[in-house]
Amino acid sequence: MAYDKFNVLTSTAVPLPLENVDTDQIIPARFLKATKREGFGDNLFRDWRYNDDNTPKESFVLNNPIYSGKILVGGKNFGSGSSREHAAWAIYDYGFRCVVSSFFADIFRNNCLNIGVLPVQVSPEFSEQIFNAIYDDPNTEIVVDLQNQTITIAATGAQESFDINSYKKENMLNGFDDIDYLQNMKGEIETFANGLLL
Amino acid sequence: MSKTLFDKVWDSHVVRKIEGGPDVFFIDRHFIHEVTSPVAFLGLKNRGLKVLYPERTFATADHNTPTINQHLPVQDPLSANQLKALEDNSNEHGISHWGLGHRKNGIVHVVGPENGITFPGATIVCGDSHTSTHGAFGAIAFGIGTSEVEMVLSTQCIMQPKPKKMRINVNGQLGKGVTPKDVALYIISQLTTSGATGYFVEYAGDVFENMTMEGRMTVCNLSIEMGARGGMIAPDETTFTYLKDKPLSLKGEAWDTAVAHWKTLRTDDDATFDKELTFSASDIEPMITYGTNPGMGIGISKHIPNAEAVEGGVATYKKSLDYMGYHENDSMIGKKVDYVFLGSCTNGRIEDFRAFASIVKGKKKAEHITAWLVPGSHEVEDQIKEEGILDVLTEAGFALRQPGCSACLAMNDDKVPAGKYAVSTSNRNFEGRQGPGSRTLLASPLVAAAAAVTGVVTDPRTLL
Repeated sequence: MAYDKFNVLTSTAVPLPLENVDTDQIIPARFLKATKREGFGDNLFRDWRYNDDNTPKESFVLNNPIYSGKILVGGKNFGSGSSREHAAWAIYDYGFRCVVSSFFADIFRNNCLNIGVLPVQVSPEFSEQIFNAIYDDPNTEIVVDLQNQTITIAATGAQESFDINSYKKENMLNGFDDIDYLQNMKGEIETFANGLLL
Repeated sequence: MSKTLFDKVWDSHVVRKIEGGPDVFFIDRHFIHEVTSPVAFLGLKNRGLKVLYPERTFATADHNTPTINQHLPVQDPLSANQLKALEDNSNEHGISHWGLGHRKNGIVHVVGPENGITFPGATIVCGDSHTSTHGAFGAIAFGIGTSEVEMVLSTQCIMQPKPKKMRINVNGQLGKGVTPKDVALYIISQLTTSGATGYFVEYAGDVFENMTMEGRMTVCNLSIEMGARGGMIAPDETTFTYLKDKPLSLKGEAWDTAVAHWKTLRTDDDATFDKELTFSASDIEPMITYGTNPGMGIGISKHIPNAEAVEGGVATYKKSLDYMGYHENDSMIGKKVDYVFLGSCTNGRIEDFRAFASIVKGKKKAEHITAWLVPGSHEVEDQIKEEGILDVLTEAGFALRQPGCSACLAMNDDKVPAGKYAVSTSNRNFEGRQGPGSRTLLASPLVAAAAAVTGVVTDPRTLL
């Protein structure tokens, strides 16, 4: 599924400073029964966000009106566990376009890149600075510049660069996806397959 | 140039290398199930694409299936709809479909190997992180997202940067009551859940060489729980013996040719890894987890560590113990247990049921324990009956359910209630994994059996 182009994102951010946030928390398995990619944002962080009677848990950050924005800032090892792309869909569907963490789980990172959510890995120190900036002023803006591969805390000017491979970067800047690329090399794939034993 | 096992299999599947980008990576075998495939088929439809090689994809329903009364219509309309979508999509595209009720139906990572779909040197993916299981055969196998499922369906390729390489050696003799599950949980406890992120692991050393295929599958299955994309073990006579004469294995001359090739799939003596770790079998005892990720595991005789002794943030650690209702320095032995789950792609194979039966034989299930014993496939179920294990289980007060993922992820009705404790042979102890508010203690089938008959966390070595 081709997606929105990503260039420069300037937004306030939502802090979630827990480590090892796994994809079962991002979207619990019982909400994976859909056959279409719709409505997953409603169940993002379902069990942290709502009580058993579906009333919001006031202590959870998504229910705190002070914090909002298109950037989610998580703790170390964000997105571990299941390969469910539904986790990335839920994050996208809720309105986030970028997740920042000092460390991402592999499959989750891939899934994000494949649907147009930019995973930005920063140093633990910079992660700390972002959390502090948000807690000091929830209206503080974070600027994520994909072309220049930089993330900046607008208020302080503190900046760090981040890695992304040039292929994925081009894809995100242009809203292309891998299927577009692979479709264009079908002949090469078929020749390769013909040479296989099994 | 000398190569690792991983290099040999990876490099032979690269269709195109992209400068500064991922490899275009060819997939030999693709498994699909009802949960992570429907949106991929929808994507094909929207783009007007066909499945390029339907004979390389295999569908089975497992995540979202009931484990009782499988002959009746599925009650939950959403689940029923998902199962129907898998069937319709498979039929439309000419993909083999082992749906609910089919003799071959079962957990994808159990039925794949037992039917010979999995083979050494293969590249295997599935929209499920425990696809790493198939690495036990010397395959490169890993989980993918739904966008990638769509890529494989339409082009038989995905775009993957080649991971770094890690070798984990475990040498020596495992002690009494120490199983492959304990070896894996021990390694994860040493590495943490992110310790192998970015790596593909090769398991080596005499502990793995001496393991059965079932044991190797348990170990490779859990590779993802330390962050690794996958783990693999060099194929050997144990592998070939397991695969020979499986329904979809090669036959005759083709088999001999394949085996000759598979024997070359070993890490060259002078090949190097980005990281290499070595552990001693004698340091491993039966393991159990006490927290909310698989890295939070300890030897069953040990006490829950202090926050200061653990890598990572104190707040996250304390939140985890609060969720479990545990405290630092608590002993795990004697902790109350309410549920026992034997099954899943980690421990739902015949050996796991043999192990469970070896403990409960001649004893009785503790009265307050609810036990769910769920074979990974009908073939496992048949073996349980043929070997007389069912009689042992029945006599001890246990019943057998029908195959499926069941309480491992609790998508169906097999949910552990809020606040209750489950000793589970599955793979994840995340908050709410086995049902909202459920508390999971991951362990081996032996530890699960010991809990089932005593009603509390018990060292299985005292019952062997």
